[in-house]
Amino acid sequence: MAKNTAKVTVDGIEVEVPNGSNVLQACEAAGKEVPRFCYHERLTVAGNCRMCLVEIEKAPPKPWASCAYPVADGMVVHTDSPMVRAARRGVMEFLLINHPLDCPICDQGGECDLQDQAVGYGLDHSRYAENKRAVRDKNLGPLVKTTMTRCIHCTRCIRFSTEIAGVAELGATARGESMEVGTYVERALSSELSGNLIDICPVGALTSRPYAFVARPWELKKTDSVDVLDAVGTNIRVDSRGSEVLRVLPRLNEDVNEEWLADKGRFSIDGLKRRRLDSCWVRRAGKLQRSSWPDAFAAIEAKLMGLDGSRIGAVAGNLADAESMLALKDLMTALGSTSLDCRQDGAHADAAQRDFYTFNTSIAGIETASALLIIGSNPRHEAPLINARIRKRWLQTHMPIALIGPEANLTYDAERIGDGPEAIAALLRGRHRFADTLTKATKPMLILGQAALARPDGAAVLAACWKLAAATGMLSPEWHGFNVLQTAAARVGALDLGFLPGQGGKKLAGMLRGGVDVLWLLGADEFDTAAIGPDTFVIYQGSHGDRGAARADVILPAAAYTEKNGTYVNTEGRVQRGMLAVYPPGEAREDWKILRAFSAYVGCPLPYDDIDALRARLEQVNPVFARIDALPRFPASDRHGPAGDPDCMQADAFTPWIANYYQTDPISRASPTMAECTRVHAPATVQAAE
Amino acid sequence: MARQGAAPDSFSFDAESEARIAVIFAKYPAGQPASAMLPLLDLAQRQMGRVTGSAWVPIVAMDEIARRVGVAPIRVYEVATFYLMFNTSPVGKYHLQVCTTTPCWLRGSEEVVHACRRATGIKDWKETSADGMFTMTEVECLGACVNAPVLQVNDDFYEDMDAESTERLLAALKRGETPPPGSVKGRQTSAPEGGPATLTSLSFEPAE
Ligand code: SF4
Ligand code: FES
Ligand code: FES
Repeated sequence: MAKNTAKVTVDGIEVEVPNGSNVLQACEAAGKEVPRFCYHERLTVAGNCRMCLVEIEKAPPKPWASCAYPVADGMVVHTDSPMVRAARRGVMEFLLINHPLDCPICDQGGECDLQDQAVGYGLDHSRYAENKRAVRDKNLGPLVKTTMTRCIHCTRCIRFSTEIAGVAELGATARGESMEVGTYVERALSSELSGNLIDICPVGALTSRPYAFVARPWELKKTDSVDVLDAVGTNIRVDSRGSEVLRVLPRLNEDVNEEWLADKGRFSIDGLKRRRLDSCWVRRAGKLQRSSWPDAFAAIEAKLMGLDGSRIGAVAGNLADAESMLALKDLMTALGSTSLDCRQDGAHADAAQRDFYTFNTSIAGIETASALLIIGSNPRHEAPLINARIRKRWLQTHMPIALIGPEANLTYDAERIGDGPEAIAALLRGRHRFADTLTKATKPMLILGQAALARPDGAAVLAACWKLAAATGMLSPEWHGFNVLQTAAARVGALDLGFLPGQGGKKLAGMLRGGVDVLWLLGADEFDTAAIGPDTFVIYQGSHGDRGAARADVILPAAAYTEKNGTYVNTEGRVQRGMLAVYPPGEAREDWKILRAFSAYVGCPLPYDDIDALRARLEQVNPVFARIDALPRFPASDRHGPAGDPDCMQADAFTPWIANYYQTDPISRASPTMAECTRVHAPATVQAAE
Repeated sequence: MARQGAAPDSFSFDAESEARIAVIFAKYPAGQPASAMLPLLDLAQRQMGRVTGSAWVPIVAMDEIARRVGVAPIRVYEVATFYLMFNTSPVGKYHLQVCTTTPCWLRGSEEVVHACRRATGIKDWKETSADGMFTMTEVECLGACVNAPVLQVNDDFYEDMDAESTERLLAALKRGETPPPGSVKGRQTSAPEGGPATLTSLSFEPAE
């Protein structure tokens, strides 16, 4: 029987690697570092930089590019022989011939592969006396800055944009000495993943435009956190200096974001410095006036005095952490209120069972799916990294994908089989051949977007989709193909906590137009605040002076996600924690502490004094909060569907959920970079959609 | 003056080209239309020459080709800019491609260059003459070194050139004539001047 591994000896160390690996991977398995520029684990092999040269015994006696050489059983590799060292030095000398000596003014300095490897293999002087080549810089839009003279033609950026981002816009034009990497016809990159080009470019050719000349990597404090600007839960690293967040980079997490980060999460951070609420405000005689914490609390207490719990309501915003939502819920319970809501968009959610509102296939699970139906969602805008996974799977297998909803350019082929519920009904009746495709697929899945749920017939759509999932084999003891794609980072956590109307409680719609007398907004800005009754007393607790604060009677300044320790549950139901990177500005405080302080002020202190006690309470409310970072896969063991009558679906077509990817929350709306992206892309995204 | 070859706003293949396209696509395996990219670029360039008098491939033509062969436009830009035979900017009616590689240079290509400059008023490479008739491009070995120096005009090779023959050739082109291509010294392909010096008599006897 043929073995499916090969035994390779690297510098005397024997390793066993799967057949089909390349020599570079074998060297890594043996713990030998091989310098490289063009090779990247997640991209196709180009083999054009020649930095990864090694010596292979019995192969023709010359240095071999290890990234492009397949392993064979019994192969003997040397990564540090005199021939290898001389060859790499030669390659390095050629690379440096046309590379400018501008490290002191280059933003890549300190984290540049070329710099690092030049230390290992570079000469201390240049033998090249001719003129260096100079290349005109390209304009790739507001996010990626180019200094193309530094480009070493590794083509990583070309492969990333073509393969992973799915927007083939970058290329190498002309050739030889004249070769240039760019878009040829000048245009801003139309990808929501363009920031990753900055990370994969091994040199300083592609750097971050907003971060240009801001800091050196060694000056930065690095804090692990979680992105909250969509519901993917991308693992990020927050780089800060002093009290300022200077940049955000992705952290590796194969199950969630691999090593990528979407542009909104990366570039919205300049919004953390603008429109910030840094002190309390109280409205007196129609005017908001700066005030102290005690005054603000006193104003709220005066309003609450003697008020019946049924006249009080609370709404949790899309960026809220689980701790603060629980504290708010507990406070409301203490005040006798059951009017809680976390769905500013009015999206229907059935919290009876967790898999009615989560992405059950899991993000990594997409890579095993064999057919996909997207309903009322544009994953490219709602969750760019989930879209990238779908594309990855589609590239591997060309799995059939169908879309019910508005026209969208998703970076993979999706057959549009309808624009509203009637298409779901047709599938349910088996009237559409895609129902067949799903049934025949071994692992079919569907993604249900918020656009399909945030409508009067949301319950019917949810029930119909579950029924469809059950009918097409998506629910089995081994596989769960029913997925709700959330777009708010707080949503799944809120549903896990039951931040929903309780017995006799009102939904958000019921709280508006005078439905309650006191309305507590926890960072809630995504609804029409004009619909709040004129006599309703509004408390806005949050970080940014956005819609909610503008309507507020009392403003309580709070920390943004980079300024607190918080727990977030992503759309998969994965519980993750972000850490405090910098302290909140001015008087602003962590949300749960504000609520805890207020509860003490009104004489019914919440039963937790520190975050650990609060987290213990979280676990008590829902044990899922004990499983940090882990996502046990739950097959669909309980096939019982959500409440709702599939026959009540209405005829209206689904509408796009996100009008502008770049501005969806108070932080990105405060960000000048996102405003610039909107200016550049908002019209362009419409064109690109065709 | 309206220069021929201003970048057009749109491009579509005309009936004559379309007939060719059918033949071209038929040459390649089904489902692999991208293989037709090079012939289509050539076809577009020829159509531009035929229709506008300037044989080049504007970006709109590359976009149309991308659509026809089913690839992203940048993939066509890459190919079109890689091959120097595709003109990515407008050229004159006659594209003078002077070979200046070593064999041609040793045999006097500089003379040819000077003669071209004198006759057309062009100062530098890649320039087009004021009357829009000529564009002069420096090219590498055209593979006809044995008849060096070589001047390629559009598709035709004029060989064994010198200053005088170059001027004569350009004057004829200006008059609208197309002198026969090949050696201007009248050599039969690459045979020696004055006729073949070997194999003059046909004999099929085995050599002694
Ligand atoms: S810009 Fe950077 S990633 Fe792109 S080819 Fe040049 S060096 Fe490589
Ligand atoms: S890393 Fe192997 S050739 Fe570039
Ligand atoms: S050098 Fe001119 S044709 Fe070869």
